[in-house]
Amino acid sequence: MTGASLTIQSEPVIGLQIRALATRSVLRMIRSPATLVPTLVFPIFLLAVNVGGLDSATELPGFPTDSYLTFALAFTFIQSAIFSTMNAGQAVSQDIENGFFDRLVLTPMRPSALMVGQLTGLALLGVFQAFLYLTIGLVFGADFAAGPAGVAVLLLLVVIISLGFGGIGLIMALKTGSSEAVQGMFPLMFVLLFFSSMALPRDLIETTWFRTITDLNPVSYLIEALRSLMITGWDPPVLAAGFAIAIVLALITISIAAKLLAGRMDR
Amino acid sequence: MSAADEGITAEDLVREFRNGPRAVDGISLAVEPGEIYGFLGPNGAGKSTTVHILTTLLPPTSGKATVGGFDVVDQGPAVRGVIGAALQEAALDPHLTAREHMRLQTALQGLPHAERVSRGDELIERVGLEEAADRKVGGYSGGMKRRLDLALALVHWPRVLFLDEPTTGLDPQSRSALWEEVERLSGEEGVTVFLTTQYLEEADHLANRVGIIDAGRIVAEGTPAELKSEIGRPSVVVAPSDPGRLEDTAAVLERFGKSLPAEKGTVEVRLDRGVDELGAIVRELDAAGIGLASLVLNEPTLDDVFLAKTGHHLEGEALPGEDDSGDDE
Repeated sequence: MTGASLTIQSEPVIGLQIRALATRSVLRMIRSPATLVPTLVFPIFLLAVNVGGLDSATELPGFPTDSYLTFALAFTFIQSAIFSTMNAGQAVSQDIENGFFDRLVLTPMRPSALMVGQLTGLALLGVFQAFLYLTIGLVFGADFAAGPAGVAVLLLLVVIISLGFGGIGLIMALKTGSSEAVQGMFPLMFVLLFFSSMALPRDLIETTWFRTITDLNPVSYLIEALRSLMITGWDPPVLAAGFAIAIVLALITISIAAKLLAGRMDR
Repeated sequence: MSAADEGITAEDLVREFRNGPRAVDGISLAVEPGEIYGFLGPNGAGKSTTVHILTTLLPPTSGKATVGGFDVVDQGPAVRGVIGAALQEAALDPHLTAREHMRLQTALQGLPHAERVSRGDELIERVGLEEAADRKVGGYSGGMKRRLDLALALVHWPRVLFLDEPTTGLDPQSRSALWEEVERLSGEEGVTVFLTTQYLEEADHLANRVGIIDAGRIVAEGTPAELKSEIGRPSVVVAPSDPGRLEDTAAVLERFGKSLPAEKGTVEVRLDRGVDELGAIVRELDAAGIGLASLVLNEPTLDDVFLAKTGHHLEGEALPGEDDSGDDE
């Protein structure tokens, strides 16, 4: 027994831990159809409803495109990112509730390994969703003005946005340890989405209070950055604003989550 | 090697919860290396809280404890390096298979690549899960989950093993298999085992020493034999051949000890001076002309010890397997 114990590496490799946790994160997602299917299907469903009901908005003077599908597709990416809030939060809160988190804590795993492993799964799902929605959009006639390089930029932005929103889910999970609390946050995230420029360009919103809220809502700028790649092509100021907000959101939420995680593990 | 070097020590351990009772109220104990220490008590006695403190999952409000020679508060990572733990609820991911759990656990414990697969396979085989190893754990029975939980706790060859009510809800076969493995770990590998249980039989069968806990305090400690001989005296149950002589029988027996509630047609007394009085009892009954249908000597149990120390019986002491409806293995 003692001889065998000597063969354990004195300092477990963090890369090994991250890979193991990322693999678990992906396996868990793939094997949870009740979580995965709504995450994939619901944004498409809402996109179809919006496009069917709001197509005539393209006739408004100043509307940036004659394809409402192209306009609305950006909203789908953000919506799926919000789902990632739920997924990331649910995964961790369930681990806390069923004691699996304690099992992880009792290993020499580093908090950063758990964080990166969890977020890697999230990022992979984000990329898969973005590909799926983009493919569906293009098949049904959406434009993508920025071309193939724009697709890469869009995927990058979607991943950063997913990580930012995923960080919010992790914060809730680590703070409360309750999957119910994480679920309860979901409608609030949707409020953030609906009070943005998701349905109309901000300069066409005439109701003053609503316009003010959309101006203040960072989600508007995320949507507009994604949308610009499809409608305008390359719009550096809009892209810069979107990336800046996404990066700041991701840095803030992941930093807070990392601190909370370290607190939970450092006993 | 002593408890302070390789085993477990606790000194005046206290854990208070906000707006709650004192779950652990001044526990002191010492578990020698290689010993199986049974922590026996009813639900809510403070067993799991003690385990959580000793495994570094919960800080004590006050007091001091060491595991494997490391302080549980100041040297948490070192403690976690030498312990394995199977906590009260089998902490498993229902979406992963047993083999995937092993792969994750061996990776997190930092085992070299070559050993990750062999160690995982070895432990899966040892707990008898070879056939189910590639099935998702969500479909496992309670017994299978417990066995996998134990296997995961052993991945890194821990020197100290914490088992929190490991057989609760298990069928008799699973319970026996787990007992055998715990005995093997202690006997052959020298692993120190801290085992909580609410089952008298489990503590009696497995533990080298037993600590009886009630309301956050250790009320008795010793080997099962010591505890029983020290506190729990045997009782004698007599059924007279003539049921009409029951009162006479009781009058004779009450000279030898305190009367206990007995089944119809019998008299039972706890013997003041133990089995030595048995001969005198038979002689006095004979002298009184009372014929015997039966005379049974009941050895003391840990429940007698518990009763003597706390004034109440141990709750939920029914044998595992008597209520294993949740176990579909």
